[in-house]
Amino acid sequence: MSERVAVRKTYKLFIGGKFPRSESGRSYLVQDSNVSLASRKDARDAVVAARAAVQGWAGATAYNRGQILYRVAEMLEGRREQFVALGVPGDEVDAATDRWVWYAGWSDKLPQVYGGANPVAGPYFNLSAPEPTGVVAVVAPEAPALLGLVSVIAPAIVTGNTVVVAASPAAPLAAVTLAEVLATSDLPGGVVNILTGRLAETVPTLAAHMDVNAIDLTGVTDPELAADLEGRAAENLKRVLRPAAHDWSADPGLGRMTWLLETKTVWHPKGL
Amino acid sequence: MFEYAPAPESRSVVDIKPSYGLFVDGTFVDPADGGSFKSINPASEEVLSEIAEGGAQDVDRAVRAARKAYDKVWGPMPGRDRAKYLYRIARIVQERSRELAVLETLDNGKPIKESRDVDLPLVAAHFFYYAGWADKLGHAGFGPAPKPLGVAAQVIPWNFPLLMLAWKIAPALAAGNTVVLKPAETTPLTALLFAEICQQADLPAGVVNIVTGAGDTGRALVEHPGVDKVAFTGSTEVGRAIARAVAGSRKKLTLELGGKAANIVFDDAPVDQAVEGIVNGIFFNQGHVCCAGSRLLVQESVAETVLESLKRRMAQLRVGDPLDKNTDVGAINSAAQLARIKELSDAGAAEGAQRWSPPCELPERGFWFAPTIFTGVTQAHRIAREEIFGPVLSVLTFRTPAEAVEKANNTPYGLSAGIWTEKGSRILWTADRLRAGVVWANTFNKFDPTSPFGGYKESGYGREGGRHGLEAYLNV
Repeated sequence: MSERVAVRKTYKLFIGGKFPRSESGRSYLVQDSNVSLASRKDARDAVVAARAAVQGWAGATAYNRGQILYRVAEMLEGRREQFVALGVPGDEVDAATDRWVWYAGWSDKLPQVYGGANPVAGPYFNLSAPEPTGVVAVVAPEAPALLGLVSVIAPAIVTGNTVVVAASPAAPLAAVTLAEVLATSDLPGGVVNILTGRLAETVPTLAAHMDVNAIDLTGVTDPELAADLEGRAAENLKRVLRPAAHDWSADPGLGRMTWLLETKTVWHPKGL
Repeated sequence: MFEYAPAPESRSVVDIKPSYGLFVDGTFVDPADGGSFKSINPASEEVLSEIAEGGAQDVDRAVRAARKAYDKVWGPMPGRDRAKYLYRIARIVQERSRELAVLETLDNGKPIKESRDVDLPLVAAHFFYYAGWADKLGHAGFGPAPKPLGVAAQVIPWNFPLLMLAWKIAPALAAGNTVVLKPAETTPLTALLFAEICQQADLPAGVVNIVTGAGDTGRALVEHPGVDKVAFTGSTEVGRAIARAVAGSRKKLTLELGGKAANIVFDDAPVDQAVEGIVNGIFFNQGHVCCAGSRLLVQESVAETVLESLKRRMAQLRVGDPLDKNTDVGAINSAAQLARIKELSDAGAAEGAQRWSPPCELPERGFWFAPTIFTGVTQAHRIAREEIFGPVLSVLTFRTPAEAVEKANNTPYGLSAGIWTEKGSRILWTADRLRAGVVWANTFNKFDPTSPFGGYKESGYGREGGRHGLEAYLNV
């Protein structure tokens, strides 16, 4: 009996809930696999998908979003070995799973912690509540491949934003595999979109894109590139998160959620 | 219209010096290169005072003074003592409010009843509110011991000169920062009187520095490597330039920029109240308001009734001497702003919208523009897209609530919006869908120090006011 021939996986992009190849037809060899080399057009397509998903995702109840994020944790737990096989340490998969659970619980709590009634000096009802800013471009950190990725995606989407993620060029397999987790977690298509390939190709397009509301530069290691991207982002006054050193195992705090929130304050007179 | 006898507020209550230096390190100093400019009364074009123009060297001196005060005095000072200085300032503002109100009206052109009844009470309230935060920062939701940023560079506009100063300085100082503030070149006088108030309060030298000047002075301040924080209120165009200028630096940035707010009137709205709200929304402060309700969206079935009533109301507006206590609409702040309002209004007429103003006699000297509405405006018209920052209202109609929301959101801005309807569920449905930082339902242009203010999209980022307003000045 000859040994069974394994079925290999094709690693593709994740856009609008589907797994297309790059429209450019290109791929690059990394981690012993051919991975899609996303083009500027792929980046723009991903923004279109992310924008289309905003209304439904931001409009979903916080309870519903929380359940879906928890479902992601369930799916990730079940695929632990798959990530280990890609070289992600088991501890890191566990930490990433726990992070989904942690953020899942915030969906229906953050508006109470971060908003509330304001005691204005007059006969007015006055309430401030946070809302998602919209479409967020995220440059994922190079490492840790899975925990870093989860730590930048979960806080963005839990409040109702949608994201276009530029995965780590050197270690994209964890990102594409996470996309498979997301695709089986009842997360609506387009809420998370993942691009693999060269940052220099996709990220400037995302930074300058007029339909992107915010950009997270966490994974940008070159200060000059970060400054250039921040300058591009000024064109439509994107909210910008600059690169900074991180301890991904530490308590994340609220910062990664709150920078992507807009506070809306509603006034109404009181009277008969 | 009823004939009213003139009821001018006395200007003898305020003593304007013939010239002012820069306020650096607790004293007034001459600028390094001796440059100056004039601040005039826009209602009469009379020169009020000669103002020092700060250059790069002066900015550097002010930033150093602020740094020294931060390191040596203000940073180490317990919050309860910072609080007491801010309470002192709030009290002095209250005590000298008449003087400040008259000065604001002289320098800015806004009606005295607005500077007296809106600007000044809010200025005092703002300092009073943030004073109370100075020793409670650990309870503000930013961790047990949030730290200040350091030296804040603050650039403010001319539409609410002293109020914008309060919005900037009060939270910055409460959080433990020191500041260098540049007032607008057409309205520096109340900021300079505020500097005297800081002296009167014995505020330690260098905690507040005021550097007067125009765009170049502001640029030097924003780009100075010694500042940790930049806060700007003004046009979206300048906001963009500042965002580019701080790119790649460690400076934390908050921006409060332009707006093109929709004021939505549904068919069940109480017409008289809505009309008062429309008038307040666009003619308050001559329309020099970033959150002005400059696009009226009125439901088609009531458009005629609302417009008729609006025109009747507009005919009652008293335009003229800002110091007269009966004046509703004062002077346009500057010749440049008047030119911009005229240019955009002419474009509105040229693009096919119908222009209307009530019969209205304008003074001969000074900068004036009659309250104006345009009907038959489409979303493509410049007057429906660009911020006019003047007493000019563009009227559009809609048929369904969904269409109202779509039109309201069809702008790169997202600062404010208004909703007029008797139906509570419709208010909440609409408010949920408007992409704007402040939504006034059955009211408009209300402000309070406890209430966060700021925009979505290209109206900027960060919030001023309330607990949220502290975040801009803390290292969180």
